[in-house]
Amino acid sequence: MIGTFSYAKFLKFLYSVPEAERGWEKSGVNGKLTAPLDWLYGLVRLPGRRIVTPVVNQMREAMATLARLQARSKAVGQQYYFRNSVVDVFRKKENDAAVKIQNWFRGCRVRAYIRHLHRAAIIVQKWWRSYLSRQHYQLVVKLAYYTMKMNLYNEMAVRIQRRWRGYKIRKYCFDYFYLKEYLRAVTETNDAIRDALEEFAEMKEREEKKAALEREEKKRDYQARKMHYLLSTKQIPGIYNSPFRKDPDPWELRLQKAKPLTHQRPRVKQKHSISLTSWLACTSNRSFPRSEILPPINRKQCQGPFRDIAEVLEQRYKPLEPTLREAEPINELKEAREDLRRQEWIRNVNDNMFLPFSSYHKNEKYVPSMHSSSKYGPNSYGCQRFRDENPKKWICPKAVEPC
Amino acid sequence: MHLLPEDQSPWIPNRQAGVMSLLRPLLLDVVPTIQQTAALALGRLANYNDDLAEAVVKGDILPQLVYSLAEQNRFYKKAAAFVLRAVGKHSPQLAQAIVDCGALDTLVICLEDFDPGVKEAAAWALGYIARHNAELSQAVVDAGAVPLLVLCIQEPEVALKRIAASALSDISKHSPELAQTVVDAGAIAHLAQMILNPDAKLKRQILSALSQIAKHSVDLAEMVVEAEIFPVVLTCLKDKDEYVKKNASTLIREIAKHTPELSQLIVNAGGVAAVIDCIGSCKGNIRLPGIMMLGYVAAHSENLAMAVIISKGVPQLSLCLSEEPEDHIKAAAAWALGQIGRHTPEHARAVAVTNTLPVLLSLYMSTESSEDLQVKSKKAIKSILQKCTYLPALEPFLYDAPPNILKHVVGQFSKVLPHDSKARRLFVTSGGLKKVQEIKAEPGSLLQEYINSINNCYPEEIVRYYSPGYSETLLQRVDSYQPLAN
Repeated sequence: MIGTFSYAKFLKFLYSVPEAERGWEKSGVNGKLTAPLDWLYGLVRLPGRRIVTPVVNQMREAMATLARLQARSKAVGQQYYFRNSVVDVFRKKENDAAVKIQNWFRGCRVRAYIRHLHRAAIIVQKWWRSYLSRQHYQLVVKLAYYTMKMNLYNEMAVRIQRRWRGYKIRKYCFDYFYLKEYLRAVTETNDAIRDALEEFAEMKEREEKKAALEREEKKRDYQARKMHYLLSTKQIPGIYNSPFRKDPDPWELRLQKAKPLTHQRPRVKQKHSISLTSWLACTSNRSFPRSEILPPINRKQCQGPFRDIAEVLEQRYKPLEPTLREAEPINELKEAREDLRRQEWIRNVNDNMFLPFSSYHKNEKYVPSMHSSSKYGPNSYGCQRFRDENPKKWICPKAVEPC
Repeated sequence: MHLLPEDQSPWIPNRQAGVMSLLRPLLLDVVPTIQQTAALALGRLANYNDDLAEAVVKGDILPQLVYSLAEQNRFYKKAAAFVLRAVGKHSPQLAQAIVDCGALDTLVICLEDFDPGVKEAAAWALGYIARHNAELSQAVVDAGAVPLLVLCIQEPEVALKRIAASALSDISKHSPELAQTVVDAGAIAHLAQMILNPDAKLKRQILSALSQIAKHSVDLAEMVVEAEIFPVVLTCLKDKDEYVKKNASTLIREIAKHTPELSQLIVNAGGVAAVIDCIGSCKGNIRLPGIMMLGYVAAHSENLAMAVIISKGVPQLSLCLSEEPEDHIKAAAAWALGQIGRHTPEHARAVAVTNTLPVLLSLYMSTESSEDLQVKSKKAIKSILQKCTYLPALEPFLYDAPPNILKHVVGQFSKVLPHDSKARRLFVTSGGLKKVQEIKAEPGSLLQEYINSINNCYPEEIVRYYSPGYSETLLQRVDSYQPLAN
């Protein structure tokens, strides 16, 4: 029954108890008894309750109240017990409530403290972290700056290298335009060579044709000269000049132009001797030409004041009759020697005198023969090939002495 | 001496022995004319057949000939030198027999004779002896023949010049040392002067001699070039005589093959154009040195290959490839095209545009080609394909190429298609994508990777559309489709 009382109801009940009974109530917590007047004034001050103040009324009232109260003393005792016990009923609850409240409060306090600590810690950490991050940030910035600079340098270096590499390849390793030029030049040279060779071939052909034509001409001329007797005369028309033709055959004309052929006898070559007498006799071929064939016997005298030809020829070709001084000179021997010397000078291959002993030849320098030397230096024929010394092939190291 | 005609049927050995024993005493006859005629008879016998030449050697006639060679008059010398030449030309053993009986010194003495006929006969004999191998050439050189031959070249008679030039050519062809000996005697200058001589046979021998000298090493080739033969030698390429053209292109080839600088020199002198024209104007084996020369020039560097291309060499080479009947000339043309096209995509494009790749492929695949031709055309196709980005030329390869070449073709497509949208469109419309889907490749192989990269260039639907069997899958879907019941 006590447990089922709610605290709110208890409080309502407490307020509903009149003032008179309230004087005996121990003022709640302390439990002190107050004087009768004090209890009047020591009434639990409840909100909304007024107290009457005149003193006489007060005395009367007080006596009346005392009487009433004594009548009710048992009930008060019961009620006192009940109220205490009622208070006890709720002691646990109130204790619990108080504990809870204290709990909560302590909790709040601790939480507030912890919160405070948290805030402090946060502030410390914040500042520390910001310090660290600022350092890190500085590093990062430095790194970023460095990277940026290096990228820039790399970029610039790449630009330079690109240009340089392009230039190097184009100038030194492979110049595309030079190659194109070269190929164009090769084409031009080829065309020029082809034209030149064509011309050369054509020229050769023309020359051959010309040579062939000339040969033909010569053959025909020779034939015409051989067949000269077929020429037509006034009485007898030749075979090429048939009267039934309008024009004579071209052979006819050729025969007319040709000279009759006479077979030449093989000429005997005249010995070309240089003798003093023949020179002085002025019988050289150039000034006085002589032919092998004698002039015809019955040759008519040329018209005009000419001498007899035989006389002329006799005079012209009269041999020289030198005087004795010329024919057999005093210094004939000397002149003969001179002559011999001249002949030797013309004829001799070697002008050196023959020296009989080998000791005369000791200081001479060897001149290699023309046949075994060439433009490129003396040939190693006679010296190295035939007389070459190969010491490895020798049987014994020293030269063999004749005994 | 007409008792012994040259075109008689082969002699029976004992009859040969009879002839030799009859002729030998005649060589010692008192009358000079008989000696000369006997020698001439021996020469003609030996000339005809190598058995007879052996009989001459076995009959111990050579020492007698050599002995009298030193003493007799010029007609005898000519006849004796003719015998030596006739014996020496058949085989190295007979030539060695001639050397062993000491004929070389007497022949060299004959080279100093006044009569040009004797010199010619002696030079001819020496040339034939030196032709066989390096030892015999060295023997000829050791006898001191080279300076005298160089003097003979300077003589006015054309026949003597020819024979001397041919002898020098035969001597210098065996080894660099022999060629150096010939060069040291001052031969190059005289040979180079005579290139302009109008006689065709002389020009043949001169060009052959110069090319035999130049072929051995870079230094010798440079010495030949320093004699200022370019551009005069190019006029020989226009000569009427086929062998002059052949020898001239051989000379240019031997010079070009050594270093890029020498090839550059030839290109700068316009030699490439002249050689290309020369190739165009002849047929058969005459063309072969010219084709090889173009290959050598293009092989050195890409600039030189580009120079060959702009001189219009590629159409000419592809013409050679298609119209020549002989395999070795085709092989040379295939090799030359491979050398031209292998450098950069530009070069490969220039080769591919002339439609030579299908020809090369057909040569590679045909069973009638010789092995050498197949190998060379395969190498050429591979090297050109690895650089070729000209897609219209590559497309026919998708259809009929064998797998090892198909791999390269598909690889090239996979490199080009990701970057070129027009090419992708063309690839689809021309049916290439369809063909690529049909190719079967092992998963994980290179071919499969290429096919995947090509498929990645196209959206999924198109790849599926062109994959084989797509129409069947569509029809299957039609079969299995349930129409919605309304």
